[in-house]
Amino acid sequence: MRRERLRVVGTQAVGPYTLVRLRRGRLQPGAPGQFFMLEAPGRPLPRPFSLCTASAGELGFLVEPLGKGTTAIASLDVGDVIHVTGPLGRGFDLDVARPLLVGGGIGVAPFPFLSERLGAPPALLGFRTAFHAEAAGLVPNATVVLDPVLVTDALPPDPGDVLACGPEAMLDALARVVPDAQLAREAPMACGYGACYGCVVDRDGRYVRLCLEGPVVRGGTHGSPTGPLLPVAGAADGSWAPAGQSPAPPAKEHVSDDASNSTVAG
Amino acid sequence: MSVPILNASGCLDALAAPEVARSLDAFVTKTITPEPREGNPPVRIAEAEHGMLNSIGLQGPGIEAFAATQLPRLGELGVPVWVSVGGFSAEDFALCSERLDAEPLVAAIELNLSCPNVDEAPETAAELVAAARAATKKPLYAKLSPAQWDVAAGARAVVDAGADGLSLVNTIRGLALDPVTLRPRLARAVGGYSGDALRPIALACVYACANAVDVPVVGMGGVSTGLHALELVAAGASAVALGTSLFSDPLAPARVREELGAEAAARGFEDPADARSISVVNSEKSLQIASNGTA
Repeated sequence: MRRERLRVVGTQAVGPYTLVRLRRGRLQPGAPGQFFMLEAPGRPLPRPFSLCTASAGELGFLVEPLGKGTTAIASLDVGDVIHVTGPLGRGFDLDVARPLLVGGGIGVAPFPFLSERLGAPPALLGFRTAFHAEAAGLVPNATVVLDPVLVTDALPPDPGDVLACGPEAMLDALARVVPDAQLAREAPMACGYGACYGCVVDRDGRYVRLCLEGPVVRGGTHGSPTGPLLPVAGAADGSWAPAGQSPAPPAKEHVSDDASNSTVAG
Repeated sequence: MSVPILNASGCLDALAAPEVARSLDAFVTKTITPEPREGNPPVRIAEAEHGMLNSIGLQGPGIEAFAATQLPRLGELGVPVWVSVGGFSAEDFALCSERLDAEPLVAAIELNLSCPNVDEAPETAAELVAAARAATKKPLYAKLSPAQWDVAAGARAVVDAGADGLSLVNTIRGLALDPVTLRPRLARAVGGYSGDALRPIALACVYACANAVDVPVVGMGGVSTGLHALELVAAGASAVALGTSLFSDPLAPARVREELGAEAAARGFEDPADARSISVVNSEKSLQIASNGTA
């Protein structure tokens, strides 16, 4: 596990999101879908982000400023320095014959790096508005649908090997249609390396740590607290941060505060 | 190392991050209970101002699976292993302590008498310690809650019951509300509050207890720098544990150890342990240092 202080070398608005580019130092980019813990200046806990871009000598992270932590990171200036730990967790399995990237909102975050590694496969991306959909420009070969059309509506009949990242509701819907889809899940986490047991998700009735077993898991794993196996009182109050704005009728408007905005997915 | 640096129980999985565990002077396990536990439902973590809340709820494999599968692997780390045990009755504490008594890999047992996220045992802390004491000859550290008006009285009671040392402090209950919905952000509403805000509370508890009893104290609560560690030593701790700071900085143990040495040296202490109890009013050492003008 490597942790270094990295310097911000660029920030760029992408629709409502901010692409924060850091000089890589000795950190490795890892595999697409793996994540890094980024120091959120002034906040007690770091925030998890999957790697968005891995251009030479850099690590790029797509940030949606929703709460205090994500806002602090999105507000970084060129020259600022933050602690970064990673890469962490398990990324996407790249041994796929017919990859299709399916994403929603900020869930587009890991796709530029993933697309590069897979040779620019087709992508199907859902966004709430055209402004949000500007992020699709980061992903080659992308088809975009806008609210109220769902990515599951636009899915081809034989979607092939689906690699997905997005809001929990979208991932749950995808898992029903494509049971073996690879899904980049998310959960509030304090540490990112298995220490805190905060990021558990329900897998077959057992709580497993998403930071170690995921964040990319196969379809059929119920990562959502609203999943069928262990319904959780109070979990539908927006405490879980969606990986992005759902193109689905938003079950809950995202509630922005603190660690709940952290998104492994992006 | 004169002032050992440990992790706070539940703040490190040595098997998931062995290099972090090896950077400690002793590794303290997550609390082990007699039976396996899935723990509390998510959401389990919420950041708060000046710290964080957790509601994990003692997720773990149970004492038998722990002893059979995890303990041997922990023994390969090459650092002393302290096992934190917990439960819901004196019988639970006795059972776990007895099971560990014959395990040579266990350097000490920490009794989690104060988990803020599960139901409490009906017995008093002293009764739980007494039950464990009767079941093992291992060194027993009693981990106390800071949420008691007279923590020194609690310390005397558990030491009288057979505790060989104290771990001070556990988290304190806190609540965080969603700013929009005003509903609790944790699934179980209330969780254990840790981090920066706990530090003065931990200092007060260590200060009170180190004055009240003559056993070693592991100080913990909001330690993220060497100066924080030195303050706990000055209040009476003989070892220091890192908790929440490990979440944001897995490399904290080596850094804190180095800073601790430098902070002690800057104040004229050859060894950080020489600063032990220096803050305690009327102690012989503090008077001596004060008269030397080096404090």
